[in-house]
Amino acid sequence: MNEKLLSVQNLHTSFFTDAGEVQAVNGVNFDLDRGEILGIVGESGSGKSVTAYSIMQILADTGKIVEGKILYKGEDISKWSEQQMQGFRGKCCSIIFQDPMTSLNPVFTIGNQLTEAITLHTEKHGRDADARAAELLELVGINEPDKRLKQYPFELSGGMRQRVMIAMALACEPDILIADEPTTALDVTIQAQILELMQELQKKLGMAVILVTHDLGVIADLCDNIVVMYGGRICERGTAHEIFYNPRHEYTRGLLRSIPNVNNMKKKLIPISGSPINMLNMPKGCAFCARCDSAMKICLTEIPEELWINDSHKAACWLNVRDAFEGREAGK
Amino acid sequence: MSTPLVEVKNLKMYFPVRSGFKNLLLKAVDDVSFDVGRGETLGLVGESGCGKTTVGRTLLRLYEPTAGEVRFDGELVTGKNITAMRKQMQMVFQDPYSSLDPRMTVEDIIGEPLDVHHLCSNRKERREKILELMSYVGLNAEHARRYAHEFSGGQRQRIGIARALAVDPKFIVCDEPVSALDVSIQAQVINMFEELQEKLGVAYLFIAHDLLVVHHISRRIAVMYLGRIVEIADSDELNEHPIHPYTESLLSAVPIPDPDITRARKRILLEGDVPSPLHMPTGCPFRTRCRFATEQCAQECPGLTDRGGGHFVACWNR
Repeated sequence: MNEKLLSVQNLHTSFFTDAGEVQAVNGVNFDLDRGEILGIVGESGSGKSVTAYSIMQILADTGKIVEGKILYKGEDISKWSEQQMQGFRGKCCSIIFQDPMTSLNPVFTIGNQLTEAITLHTEKHGRDADARAAELLELVGINEPDKRLKQYPFELSGGMRQRVMIAMALACEPDILIADEPTTALDVTIQAQILELMQELQKKLGMAVILVTHDLGVIADLCDNIVVMYGGRICERGTAHEIFYNPRHEYTRGLLRSIPNVNNMKKKLIPISGSPINMLNMPKGCAFCARCDSAMKICLTEIPEELWINDSHKAACWLNVRDAFEGREAGK
Repeated sequence: MSTPLVEVKNLKMYFPVRSGFKNLLLKAVDDVSFDVGRGETLGLVGESGCGKTTVGRTLLRLYEPTAGEVRFDGELVTGKNITAMRKQMQMVFQDPYSSLDPRMTVEDIIGEPLDVHHLCSNRKERREKILELMSYVGLNAEHARRYAHEFSGGQRQRIGIARALAVDPKFIVCDEPVSALDVSIQAQVINMFEELQEKLGVAYLFIAHDLLVVHHISRRIAVMYLGRIVEIADSDELNEHPIHPYTESLLSAVPIPDPDITRARKRILLEGDVPSPLHMPTGCPFRTRCRFATEQCAQECPGLTDRGGGHFVACWNR
């Protein structure tokens, strides 16, 4: 069997706050192949970023992986020590964050910060590291790299800073790049530049990308496979085509109906009613049932299992079970 | 022809900025003219720093404009009559977290404009009016005595909208009213704006950076770049036949939530970043990133010209 590059199995991550345990991620499973672009989509509080942070083990002090395995090339990294993780971060898997303004250190030059990653994880030191840093800046499309290396983050624009972040993430040619809302803080035209750059680099370097975002447009543009999350669980997963044209979970359907698109400009949007769930007070059954228009009795009490819709599509919704059952009854 | 509801002519807003030893002028809004019809929605789009928020604020005289005039219903808006004018023109702010006073109850927040303009003669009338406004925006009567922090982002934005509606305005400036909200909540608020317009006939200046949202809600759209309006047209016309090279690349850059469409089309990428408004390029502000820039663009700034059917474009070459 072909071994997966990364396999997240039954991941549970909780934050232990004064108000109680917040189960931010609740049994998430997914696999990532080499060179795949996987999109994780969901609204704020759906657990998408926490899933990404759990892989890197960069959770806040209150956060902890309670259960589950994260297999990287067959090895369970969730049990690794901090020291082992330091070797993993940057070298095998790196991350770029939403806000390029706050994720760069304001008191060090771009060059300092780039060479730090290079000297830590590779054999290159001194001049060689500087040369590699300049090469990386060139790779992400920054002109006059030698001048930029001596500059501080405040001297660069938002788009440039995000390019520097990408350069830093790619410094050791990781197998996996996690991009957590990489373009949310950027303007549309700059966003287009960064997305284009990420696509180009992915093709060139062949790494796998996990793209975490709430923007369905960005997801539609880039991803091979999509995971839709709500309330810390995966409600639906499949190829981009399946998710957008054949959604089989009420949340995904609602989400697609509620955003303005090219073909519903003159029609009224159909919003999802209610407001996002409170993670401190999770419902017993399906997380989405309080906002779901077609919720049934069973949705309130039982958590739906993920079912195969077809070869490239899975969804966790009781409606699919009902449909399948009714289909069988009718067939009799 | 009847006069438009709001007429903006050659509006300029310059901010003095000290940079080292030099005194510079930041031209946030430079020579902007447009009008908004009764019960109409005009969308105003552009990237951050292009001056769209400043246009909205200058319109309501939250800033004293450097030059230019704003007419409401044919009447000139000045510093003297602005208090009375704000009974007709209101604003909804972007951030529902900082635009509501945390020490006031919802009732007082919505009631404040009523008090300022002496619109209610007694407490009972005031209370009834507040409850009516709350029901307009989908809040329950029991919410009246709560404080802003007890509400979610979407509900707070509803409070802000109810406050703007309190004085029965004919025109509301909506400054990025949905961008701070979650995707699943945005549609609720967008729909509410549309329903209120049908019911009350209020006109909006809808400022946002999300082109799909603006296209959905607006009849006409104005595109701003570095303090100037570069194109203004009917929203469908603008989306199907953009003329200005900036509009063209802006539209091509918007990620459309539909894999087939978005992967099939070609992005027109812009080179580089937006220049600093402190050091504006000479002539056309867009020329440094424009594919079609010529000698003329560096010399002279193009004005808006009519390309037929109310489609105005400021470009020498297209």
